[in-house]
Amino acid sequence: MTRRFAIPKLILLCCALGLPLAATAQNPSVRVEIPQLQGSRALERTTETAVIRDYLQSWKSFQTALDQNQAALLDEDFVGTARDKLATAVDDQVKAGIHTRYEDKSHDMQIVFYSPDGLSIQLIDKVEYQEQVFDHDKLLAAKPAHVRYVVILTPSEVRWKVRVFQATAGE
Amino acid sequence: MKPGQRWLIGGLVATLATAFAQSANITVPRSIEAGSAFSIQTTGSGQGKLYIVGPDQALARDVQLGESVPFAVGDLYNAGHYFVILTGASTGIAEIDVLPAAKPETLSFLARPSRVPVGLHSGISGAVYVFDSYNNLIVKPMPVSFDLSELAEAPQSRTVTTRNGMAWTEMDSAQKQGAAKFSATAQGVSRERVITEVPGDPCGLTISAHPDAGKLNVQTAPVRDCSGNPIPDGTIVTFTETFKGSQSTVDVPIKKGIASVSMPAYSGAKISVASGVVAGNEIRWGGGQ
Repeated sequence: MTRRFAIPKLILLCCALGLPLAATAQNPSVRVEIPQLQGSRALERTTETAVIRDYLQSWKSFQTALDQNQAALLDEDFVGTARDKLATAVDDQVKAGIHTRYEDKSHDMQIVFYSPDGLSIQLIDKVEYQEQVFDHDKLLAAKPAHVRYVVILTPSEVRWKVRVFQATAGE
Repeated sequence: MKPGQRWLIGGLVATLATAFAQSANITVPRSIEAGSAFSIQTTGSGQGKLYIVGPDQALARDVQLGESVPFAVGDLYNAGHYFVILTGASTGIAEIDVLPAAKPETLSFLARPSRVPVGLHSGISGAVYVFDSYNNLIVKPMPVSFDLSELAEAPQSRTVTTRNGMAWTEMDSAQKQGAAKFSATAQGVSRERVITEVPGDPCGLTISAHPDAGKLNVQTAPVRDCSGNPIPDGTIVTFTETFKGSQSTVDVPIKKGIASVSMPAYSGAKISVASGVVAGNEIRWGGGQ
């Protein structure tokens, strides 16, 4: 059994980035499996909705940060290890004179753990995305990817932020 | 040569170049352990550039095509899925997965709560995330042992295998108050938290009254929880005297284990006691007890 989430269109963001609307206006398809929770804490529907919403938003920040090579764009949605590692990639890209465009096509997500203290949520996201690597404006290569992410989010003042964002090979 | 022929030949050359470029490849290990040394074999000749690009790290190297490109220990250390791109006279693309190291380096141990009443079933919980030395979450299943040790009681132990890098458990708080050490250990790496186990609610709260210079001295028996732990000094005990429809209430902190108060000695008054949500006995003062 799954749930489908509506994602607001990011037309304003596209305009702000100067990206071709056709390239980004198509929002990814999102499938949310019914949570299979470890842990004793019940997950309220409102919490689940907020976590999914904030996680999907973090993809937008991640995409923009790595496309524009601006680590500061990560701050709103990432903290700790996840933020540090993505910022490392931004720094590396700047040094190498490249930037990367990640276009997520679909997300298949399931929340698997809500800690008893309410301070962390873990989800699994099977993502399909298109990755394009540019040397300045020249496209070096592009390919689709199907990747399983393990994600840990923790609450901040107003939103859930991604603390661990790690692709894993297989189950 | 006519312009049309030049275009045709140019197109054929470009197509052939593309075909060769696409047929040239690179040999990349399907996966490596984070931070380990590895190499990528290139084909062709001349100069090229090799990129390894992922969301968590990006590397670029000028390479001599046809040679093996070595990467030293610690070059590629963030776990994830990477895109390998070779440019130059020969081109190629490949993928590589960087897996977390097998050995844990740090545990993120979330223990809750820091203070807990004694005798609470599943009152203490702990969740552990296991990381390697590069702060990669180790997702390969791994046993984590949780131990809760109190001075006066036998320790509780439980071993839980991680799923997706996480293990969690719940344990009962002890019957006796005191500081408990709650630890989590995975492959020799430990983290410890101190849980303060405090007395629960008062249990069997009783009072007695004695006349004292025209007043009534009302006093509790030593206030303890249901496990016999003394309730801490400072805990508020509420005495209530009801007489002829009027009621007076006095809040008194426990001192040296008991609470006492001086109240008017009305013959026929009812005096009751409570602490928090726990009610004690009620006595009627009739000149005697």
